[in-house]
Amino acid sequence: MSSRTLLGFSLAAVLTAGLIAAGCGGNGGQDELVIGEYGSLTGNDATFGTSTKDGVEIALAELRAQKMGKIGGLTVRVQVEDDQSKAEEAATVVQKLINQDRVVAVVGEVASSRSLAGGPICQNAGVPMISPSSTNPKVTQVGDYIFRMCFLDQFQGTVMARFTAQTLKLKKVAILKDSKSDYSVGLAQFFTEAFTSLGGSIITEQAYQSGDNDFRAQLTAIKAKHPDAIIVPGYYTEAGLIARQARELGLKQPLVGGDGWESEKLIEIGGEALNGCYYSNHWALDAPDPRLQAFLKTYRAKFNGDPDAIGGLAYDAANVLFGALEKLAEQDPQTFKGLASSKAGSDARKAAEKKLRDLVATTTSYPGVTGTITLDENRNATKPAVIIEIKDGKKTFNSSFNP
Amino acid sequence: MSEFLQQLVNGVTWGSVYALIALGYTMVYGILRLINFAHGDVYMLGAFFGYFAARFFNAASDPNPFKALLVLVSSMVACGLVGIVIERAAYKPVRRSSRLSALITAIGVSLLLENGGILLFGADPKFFPQIIPARNIALGNGVTISNQQIIILAVSLVLMFTLRFIVTQTRVGKAMQAVSFNPTAAALMGISVDRIVTFTFMIGSMLAAAAGVLVALQNPKIEPLMGIMPGLKAFVAAVLGGIGNIPGAVLGGLVMGIAEVLVVGYVSPTYRDAIAFVLLIVILLVRPAGILGRQTAEKV
Amino acid sequence: MKQLLIVLLTLGVLLGLDLLLPRFLNPYLMRVLMLCGISVILAVSLNIVNGFTGQFSIGHAGFMAVGAYGSAMFSMHVGVNWVRALEAMGAPTALAQGFALLVALLIGGALAAIAGYLVGLPSLRLRGDYLAIVTLGFGEIIRVIITNVDAVGAARGLPGIPAWANFFWVGLAVVAMVVVAARLAHSTHGRALFAIRDDEVAAEALGVDTTRYKVLAFVIGSFFAGVAGGLFAHYNAYLHPNSFTFLKSIEVIAMVVLGGLGSITGSILAAILLTVLPEALRSAQELRMVLYSLMLIVLMITRPGGLLGSRELDLSRWFRRRKPAPGSA
Repeated sequence: MSSRTLLGFSLAAVLTAGLIAAGCGGNGGQDELVIGEYGSLTGNDATFGTSTKDGVEIALAELRAQKMGKIGGLTVRVQVEDDQSKAEEAATVVQKLINQDRVVAVVGEVASSRSLAGGPICQNAGVPMISPSSTNPKVTQVGDYIFRMCFLDQFQGTVMARFTAQTLKLKKVAILKDSKSDYSVGLAQFFTEAFTSLGGSIITEQAYQSGDNDFRAQLTAIKAKHPDAIIVPGYYTEAGLIARQARELGLKQPLVGGDGWESEKLIEIGGEALNGCYYSNHWALDAPDPRLQAFLKTYRAKFNGDPDAIGGLAYDAANVLFGALEKLAEQDPQTFKGLASSKAGSDARKAAEKKLRDLVATTTSYPGVTGTITLDENRNATKPAVIIEIKDGKKTFNSSFNP
Repeated sequence: MSEFLQQLVNGVTWGSVYALIALGYTMVYGILRLINFAHGDVYMLGAFFGYFAARFFNAASDPNPFKALLVLVSSMVACGLVGIVIERAAYKPVRRSSRLSALITAIGVSLLLENGGILLFGADPKFFPQIIPARNIALGNGVTISNQQIIILAVSLVLMFTLRFIVTQTRVGKAMQAVSFNPTAAALMGISVDRIVTFTFMIGSMLAAAAGVLVALQNPKIEPLMGIMPGLKAFVAAVLGGIGNIPGAVLGGLVMGIAEVLVVGYVSPTYRDAIAFVLLIVILLVRPAGILGRQTAEKV
Repeated sequence: MKQLLIVLLTLGVLLGLDLLLPRFLNPYLMRVLMLCGISVILAVSLNIVNGFTGQFSIGHAGFMAVGAYGSAMFSMHVGVNWVRALEAMGAPTALAQGFALLVALLIGGALAAIAGYLVGLPSLRLRGDYLAIVTLGFGEIIRVIITNVDAVGAARGLPGIPAWANFFWVGLAVVAMVVVAARLAHSTHGRALFAIRDDEVAAEALGVDTTRYKVLAFVIGSFFAGVAGGLFAHYNAYLHPNSFTFLKSIEVIAMVVLGGLGSITGSILAAILLTVLPEALRSAQELRMVLYSLMLIVLMITRPGGLLGSRELDLSRWFRRRKPAPGSA
C-alpha cells in the first residue's frame, strides 16, 4: 500500500472516529450533576475565559473541601468549554454542553456578544444560564432562564458621571472609547446621557479598537481641546497604555474608567501614569469584608496573583448555583433527582430545571465576594458600585455608590 | 499646526518601524518571489525574545544602555536563527512547487508561530520591562518627542545603513543582488543560491526582531498575535515602495506610517487597518511596480 | 421529464431528512451537520476560483460576510413583514418562512456577487501573490466597513435575525452548489477556466477571453459564498464581524487545499473532515490550532495536491473487479 493510500485511509479513520466520538459523548457511567461553563480561553479575549475558569475552580474546590464535592448525593462536575472568543463557537459549545454533557446549568459568558449567542440556546432548552459579567442590557432580555451577577452599564455609566461631576467637580470631558466592544460603546453612551443631564459636556469623543497599541493620534486630538478629564470606558490593557502615552504627550488630566480596567496587570502596564486616575468597579480588594479576604487568600495561594472582578463574579455565580442546587435538594429531593445526568431530556429534568431557575431567581442579599447580590425582576443584580483610586501605584478604595 | 507636527513625529516613528519589517519582506520577495507571511510573526518573536532577555539580564532594575543593547542583540541573534530554521524546514522543500503551495506554506508557518506562541507564552499580553526609562523632550511649538522615539529612529537608521553597506559593498551583498536578479545565472557563476537564500532570511529576521524590540520599548504590551497587522502593513509598505527594492521599502514604510497616523488622527481611528489595504489597492491599480520599482515587461 | 423527476426526488429526500433527522440526532449533532453543509458550500465555491481558475483568492470570508449581513438586513426589515402578510393570507408558516429565506439568500448572494465583481476587476491586472494580497485586503476592508456601520450593529454584532434556516434549505443549497460546480466543470466554460489555470497566456493566445472568465469565476464563487453566509446568519440568528476575519478565509482555503484544488468531491470531503474534527478533538483545544497549522505545512511539503489532487472521487472503481491499469496509483 503506497504511503499516499495509507494517508488517505488514516484520514478516513480519523474522520470516522471523530464522528463516533461526537456522536456519543458525555459520561456513560456514573450519575453526576454537571455544570457547564463556557468562556474565551483562547483568541482575542483569552484572559476573560481564564478568569472565569479560575473563579469557578475555586468555588468547586471549596465545595469539594466542605461537602466532598456532592450536592444532594450527586457528585458535581464542571465541564469547561472554549469558545475561542467567537460568537458562533459560543453557540456551538453551549449546544454541546446541553446535549452532549447534559449540564443542568451554565456559567458564562463574559462578553455580551457571546452571551447573546449562547443565551437563546439555553433559553430554548430550559437550562438556566448565569453570566458573570455581561453588562449589555439585551443579555437578560433573551428570556427568564438568563441571569447575570453584575450591574448594568446604565448604572455604571451613571456612577461614573456622578463621580466625575459631583465628586471631582469637573465639567468638560473627552471620551476615548473602544469602538470594537459593545461594552465600551454602551458605557460611553450611558455616561454621556448621565453626565450631560448633570450639567456637564463632552467636548470631544474619540475611538480606538481593542488590540490597538498606539493611541497618540487620538490623544493628540484630545490634547488640542483641553478637557478637564478623559473618560476611558475600555479594557485594562488599552487603558494602561493610554495613560502612559497621555503622560508622554504632556496630558496631565485624570483618567476615569469603568470595570474593564479591573485587572492585576493594570498597574504593571500603566505604571506611574495611572496615579490620580479612577475607575468604577464591583469590588475593592482592600475592603475589610471577611468573605472577600478569604477568597483572596485562596486565590493567591492557588494562582499566584490577584484575581480580577471577572474571577470574583464567576466565583459568586458558581456559588449562587450551588446554593440554589442545595436548596432544591433539601426542599424537594424528589424533583432534584431529575437533575441527574442520566435523566437528561426527560420530563423530570424539565420540571427540575424549572424549579432550579425559580430558586436562582429568588436570590436575595446573597453575600458574594463582589458585593451583596440581589436579583431583580429582570434577573439583573442590584449592587453598589465602588470607585477605585490609584494612589502611589496602588489601587485604593475611594467611594461607593448605591443604586 | 502643532497637532499636525506632533502627528508627523508619531508617523515618522511608526514609519521607521514599518520600514524595518518591510526590508525583510522585500529582500525575501526579491530573491524567492515568496511573500513570507510569517515575517510579521518573527517581529512578534523578536519582541518576546527581547522580553525574556530583558528579564534574564535584569535590564530593567538597573537600566543602562549596554544592557539595552545586549537585549536588542540577543533578540536579533535568536530571531536570525529562527529565520534560518523556518527557511530550511518549511520553505526550502516547497521552493520548486507552485506559488500557491508556497503561499499556503507561508500561511501555515505564520499560524504555527502565532498559535505556538499562544501555547508557549500564554494568550494574555505581557508587559515589556522598561529597559530605557522614558523621558519627554519638547521640540517647541507644543510638540514633544520621547527619547524612546528618538532611539527608534536612530537604531532604524543605523540598521538600514548597515544593510545598505552589506548589500552594496560586500561580496555577500553582491551575491544577494545577483541571486535576486537571476538565480540560474548566479548559480552558474558559482554562487551557492541556497546559502544566499538562508543568509537573506537570517538578515530579514534580524531586522524584524530589532523592530519588535524597538516597538516594545515604546508600546510595552506584547502578545502572540501582535505581529499580524504590522506584518501585513509592512508588506503593503514594501509593495508601495517597489517590492524587491530596498530603498523603496524604507520609503514605503515612511509613507505607510505617516498615512496611517494622519488617517487615525484626522479621519477616524476605526479605519486604521483599512487604510493600509486601500493604499495597497490604489498603488496596485495605478502603479503596480511601486514608487521606486521598475516596470518590467513579463516575458512569455 | 427525467430532469423534473430528479429534481422532485431530491426535494422529497431533503424534506424527508429534514423531518426525520431531528429524531435521531440531538440538536448539537444537527448543528454540526448544518455547519458541515455551510462549510461544503464555502469550500466548493472557493474551489471554483482557486481550483478551477487558479486565481489566488484569500479573502473569501469577505464575500461570506456581505451575503450574511445583506440577507440578514433584508430578512429583519422586509422579510418578516412578508412572512406576516403571507401567513395572514393563509399560507403555512414553514412555506412563508421558506419563501422569505429563499429571497433573502438570493439577495445576499447577489450582493456578494457584486462584491465579487468589484474584486474581480482588479484581478485582471494582477497575478499570483499580488492578487492574493489584494483579495485579502478586500476581505479586511469589508470587515472594517461592517465594523463601522452602526445600522448593522457595527462592532457589537447583529442579534435578532429570524432563524429560518433548517436542514432542508442548507441541504438544498449544498445540492445546488455541487450541481452548479459539476456542470460548470464539464462544460466549455469550465474548460476555459481550467485552461486559464494551466497557462493563462496560452489560453489567451488560443482565443479564451481570460478577462471575462476570471471575473465569471469570482462572481460565481462569491455568489455562493454569499448564500453560505446567508444560511450562516439565519441559522445562528446572530452575526458578529469577528466571524469573518482572515482566519475564516484561511479555514476555507485549508479545506480546498486539503481536498485538492479542482476536485469537487475533495472539497466536500475536506470540508466535512475539517468541520467534524475540531468538534471531536475538543479535549485537545489548545493544540487544535497548532495541529491545524502543522497540517497545512506538512500537506504542502508532502502532498500539495491534497487528498484527491484534481481528480474526483470515483466510487465506481471500487465496485469493478478488473485489475487497475498498469502505471496508475
